[in-house]
Amino acid sequence: MSTALKSPASTTDKRRRSLSVRPRTLALGAGLLLVLLSTVRVVSGADDITSSGTSGAALRLAVPIGLAGLGGLWAERAGIVNIGLEGMLILGTWFGAWAGFFYGPWVGVLAAIAAGALGGLLHALATVTFGVDHVVSGVSINLLGGGIARYLSSLAYGGDDRPPGSGQTQSPTVDALPSVSLPVLSSGPDLLGDLEDRGWFLLSDLAGILRGLTGDVSLITLLAVLLVPASFFVLWRTAFGLRLRAVGENPVAADSLGVAVYRLKYAAVIVSGALAGLGGAALVIGSIYREGQTGGRGFIGLAAVIFGNWRPGGLAAGAGLFGYADALALRSNDAVRGLLLFVALLLVVVAVRQALLRRIGLALTAVLIGAAFFLWYATVDSVPSQLVGFTPHLITLLVLAVASQRLRPPAADGLPYRRGQQT
Amino acid sequence: MTSPDVPVVQLAGITKRFPGVVANRDVALVVRAGEVHAVVGENGAGKSTLMKILYGMQRPDEGTISVDGAPVRFRDPGDAIAAGIGMVHQHFMLADNLTVLENVILGAEPTRRGRLDTGAARTRILELSDRYGLGVDPDALVEDLGVGDRQRIEILKVLFRGARVLILDEPTAVLVPQEVDELFASLEGLRAEGVSVIFISHKLDEVLRVADTVTVLRQGTTVTTVEAAGVTARELATLMVGSELPTPETRDSTVTDVVELAVEHLTVRSPEGRPVVEDVSLQVHRGEVLGIAGVEGNGQVELVEALLGLRASTGTVHLGGRDLTGRSTRERREGGIGYVPEDRQRQGLLLSGSLWENRVLGHQGRPPFARGPWIDRGAARRDTGRIVREYGVRTPGVEVPAFALSGGNQQKLIVGREMSGDPSLLVASHPTRGVDVGAQAQLWEHLREARRAGLAVLLVSADLEELIGLSDRLVVMLRGRLVATLDPATTTPEILGSAMTGAGAAA
Amino acid sequence: MSLLTPERAEPAPPPPAGPRVDLRRLALGIAAPLLAVVVALAVASVALLVSGSNPLTVYARMLEEGTTLRSALITVNNAVPLYLSGLAVALGFRMGLFNIGVEGQYQLAALLAAAAGAAVVLPGPLHLLLVVLVAMAVGAAWAGVAAVLKTTRGVSEVISTIMLNVIAGGIAAYLLSTYLQERVEGSNNSRTPKLEASAQFPNLDPLLRAVGIEPPQGTRLGGFVLVAVVVGVLYWLLVSRSRFGFDLRATGLSPSASVASGVDATRMTIVTMLLSGAIAGLVGLPQLVGSSYSYGLDFTSGLGFTGIGVALLGRGSPVGVAVGALLFAFLERSSATLQRIDVPTEIYVIMQGSIVLSVVVAYESVRRIGVAQAERAVRRAVDPASAS
Repeated sequence: MSTALKSPASTTDKRRRSLSVRPRTLALGAGLLLVLLSTVRVVSGADDITSSGTSGAALRLAVPIGLAGLGGLWAERAGIVNIGLEGMLILGTWFGAWAGFFYGPWVGVLAAIAAGALGGLLHALATVTFGVDHVVSGVSINLLGGGIARYLSSLAYGGDDRPPGSGQTQSPTVDALPSVSLPVLSSGPDLLGDLEDRGWFLLSDLAGILRGLTGDVSLITLLAVLLVPASFFVLWRTAFGLRLRAVGENPVAADSLGVAVYRLKYAAVIVSGALAGLGGAALVIGSIYREGQTGGRGFIGLAAVIFGNWRPGGLAAGAGLFGYADALALRSNDAVRGLLLFVALLLVVVAVRQALLRRIGLALTAVLIGAAFFLWYATVDSVPSQLVGFTPHLITLLVLAVASQRLRPPAADGLPYRRGQQT
Repeated sequence: MTSPDVPVVQLAGITKRFPGVVANRDVALVVRAGEVHAVVGENGAGKSTLMKILYGMQRPDEGTISVDGAPVRFRDPGDAIAAGIGMVHQHFMLADNLTVLENVILGAEPTRRGRLDTGAARTRILELSDRYGLGVDPDALVEDLGVGDRQRIEILKVLFRGARVLILDEPTAVLVPQEVDELFASLEGLRAEGVSVIFISHKLDEVLRVADTVTVLRQGTTVTTVEAAGVTARELATLMVGSELPTPETRDSTVTDVVELAVEHLTVRSPEGRPVVEDVSLQVHRGEVLGIAGVEGNGQVELVEALLGLRASTGTVHLGGRDLTGRSTRERREGGIGYVPEDRQRQGLLLSGSLWENRVLGHQGRPPFARGPWIDRGAARRDTGRIVREYGVRTPGVEVPAFALSGGNQQKLIVGREMSGDPSLLVASHPTRGVDVGAQAQLWEHLREARRAGLAVLLVSADLEELIGLSDRLVVMLRGRLVATLDPATTTPEILGSAMTGAGAAA
Repeated sequence: MSLLTPERAEPAPPPPAGPRVDLRRLALGIAAPLLAVVVALAVASVALLVSGSNPLTVYARMLEEGTTLRSALITVNNAVPLYLSGLAVALGFRMGLFNIGVEGQYQLAALLAAAAGAAVVLPGPLHLLLVVLVAMAVGAAWAGVAAVLKTTRGVSEVISTIMLNVIAGGIAAYLLSTYLQERVEGSNNSRTPKLEASAQFPNLDPLLRAVGIEPPQGTRLGGFVLVAVVVGVLYWLLVSRSRFGFDLRATGLSPSASVASGVDATRMTIVTMLLSGAIAGLVGLPQLVGSSYSYGLDFTSGLGFTGIGVALLGRGSPVGVAVGALLFAFLERSSATLQRIDVPTEIYVIMQGSIVLSVVVAYESVRRIGVAQAERAVRRAVDPASAS
């Protein structure tokens, strides 16, 4: 009677596959990108590509996308698709601006979070309790959110006694929250700024990027950045987070182990809405509410979730990428043109890698498209402004097209769940 | 440690009713500490319901449950686990994208100052794994693990929560023989530590191999409880079925020598490249029923789906002389293949669609209701009414949504539909699963009639009676290959069972 | 049971020839939208009270002014593009696809159709036909981008169509200002050249007069409503009566079962998206060939999104979508009324949004009741003495 002792198979390789990108690959990739960007800057003369202004704007613009994305992450990890992020974002912008103007920016932030959370509660009610299809509910909430914002705007800012600076479609300016800067390097003696102005290949670019990321950073931005590791900690290192993720992977299994599935889904979606609301606050605090200002960022946030393979780190990288595209589009037409060159060079790199992997077809395609981009860059002086406006959306689409198939969404994502149903 | 006279679990007088059926009637079960107690019975004998009651998923209408001599009442599985009873499900309840450790501790997480105490969890898991010989790696991703490993994680899950009584529901249904050996070795380890195991199965040879005691259920009630050492498989089978095992009827052969289906070197690979169907070649003649026997999970599903064009494969498929290799599912079906799928809810029916819509499903392009690009609803309704009559589908009408029908009636509709398409080949997977006995016989009669008329049938089934009774020829599938060809008239369940489990050729 | 002696069970009783239209199902079918409207009215009433108005007076005025002939004509006119938009979305819905891109599809289609129409001169009906065909082709092509992305790269059509909306807007603006606009001296207007009379859709005023209705001064009944009706009929024929429609609905009900029945999922997705895009292309035409005769930056926008609400209201049936379109158009029209009585006009947007949300919730609840009822009915009929 021998007990066959099973020795655990060597799973170190598999384990590595389950984690996100290895640090060494990450560093190499980042280095390569930096070299490409520097090259493009020097060649095209568009300083904005790596300027501190751009990277600062990129960070600022990445925040609403990233927060919406975090909202999407929380909801989807519990198995609920939240298309309504845009609507919750809108609610956050409106209530953040209104409360922020009348009661100060911090109250504005709180009001935005509360408004977004209410939107999340509505979505949870529709999808979890009533079993409505997730996308349908999300789309309805977008419609409702937009309508509510428009209606309240006409109430609050439509009359003759409106606050100064406001109008039918916009709010008065809201005070900003304080911002912080890295001492010595990004303020005061401003060493990084100094280095940036030298215009040296690679070093100045790095300096510019770093300075933008560390100078004049609003507290909201800081909060948003901190929420990324915080989300990771809660979702991957606490019992609550484990249960939430299990609910999104196999709710029947979780239920069989006594996990409160419905309650966790509700919690996840309400948090999702609250995060989106905070994203809305990021858009308006220090600025104004304007109808239509969210511009689809809720959906770009969802794209960032997919890009990041449903992990906070990847999500942040995705948000950064989209924020960067947004910043370039806003700041400088020259820089967008430079982006064309960047894409061309990037495709050349991709082509080389595919060729090394002996995928000649893909390599040739990459070379052809790269050549097309180079041609475009060389033959125009500027990219038409109307086309620049949708750069982030186009990049979103391209990223999704390239990356969608190698991903691992939560297994029960988007599926309706009713207690007691058999698998 | 309780006195050895007090059974660790005792069920008495358990009765459970569902609308239209009595699942358990006055069932008794007594399990002692450190014993492996098998519960056997046919499909529908009431085993699953009884176990659900024992582990807290259902509440009995009548009867008592006692643990260590004290009566208990379970409101949910949590109560059962607290009493030391843990269920190892047949369909594993694991989250693929989480690690082994995360799956095991889910719902019972050790924490320290708000954080998950993965260190303590890992220590405990490794300790349990060593003690019972389970061999799990806490940091492996469940997605990457095979069936045998997953089962051991399910066992670990209940042990982690302090279970002293494990319920295993058809644990060997999806295991290959090597994994079965590993499982039984683990059971030895459990027994040595005083843990009791309730082992549900209908595989009598395995039961006799590993169990100490056997309780036989039939039609919802306990027939008897015996010591495993003092009974043979044949005796148990007789108790289970209530009569002698079926002998195939002697009848005139309707097999012609015209080959209807010819499959050559069919191979289906999993996404990782592993062959799940390997180099299968077979022929089915007109008027012949070829039965495919095998433990579920040995490639039967993939073979059937490959024949229907639902799965990529290499090799050739010829139907009635026409080459169907590489053709789409629609072309194959319109070419004369009828399909009764194993998973009728996923593949065979539109659950929220009406019965007549389900009649049309799969046959959109065929008379009597296809007229050019249109669908004649009236004709569809009338034909559905005909099927309802001829196949005994119990329903108030043809507008009723399919989900409202019982499983057996759904199956009758599907079989009726497929036969009505006038196929030249019928591919049937478990065609009478979930159908009551009387209707089962009716369906078999329909099949036999069609066979007399020249229909070729490829039959996949786990019901030995069905296989032996209907087939003209039997092949056995094991790990994706055809390993034996048997004559149903001369084979016995023992020979068949051995071939299915690879336990050796002749008995 | 031995195979030697198969027992023949009692033959099942013939199914009773019940009424084809189950009254109970009909009642359930109406219950959902009714419930939704009640909830929406409640929400809107709250909003009205917040703004200091009396909901009942407001509703009374809305009804009063909304049922004048003038209002009715305007409502119908406004309902036409909403109806087409709703049908486009609904077609996708029946298959389980979410075409949120109707907005971008119709904008691009309207621009290019206007440009094409202005660039050629053809005899009457042909000219109009050209405009319509170009619009449908462009709409289909733009939807096709999302379809290809979904079938080849697995990109969710929800996100891709939303991105494509923005991209379409940008491309349309670019093409208009760079290539397609009419060069008029001293004018800042950015629009395509006006369409010749041969491309203008006749209005239905003569028809109205023939039945004795005199359209009030300044309002006309656009002729495109006839096209909308035709599209609705074709939609019904396609979805409910054709083989393709069966495949489409089957895929929406159970993708796995439809594939097992022979449906080619990829082909189905692409064809459905193309059809949906083609219908979407028509959405801008009532305005293009019925009133404005050119495409400018001020072309009506938002019809794509409202169309989603209309499709949800109508639950995918052509009649339901029509009712939804009329309802939404009525609400929009009442904004004029609201303005006159000093109520914030945006209330109608809240009503639209809350109707949609309450409708989907109501439909789901009613569906569950229907499921339980159906199961009970079957059990009763099959086993009258449901013995234990």
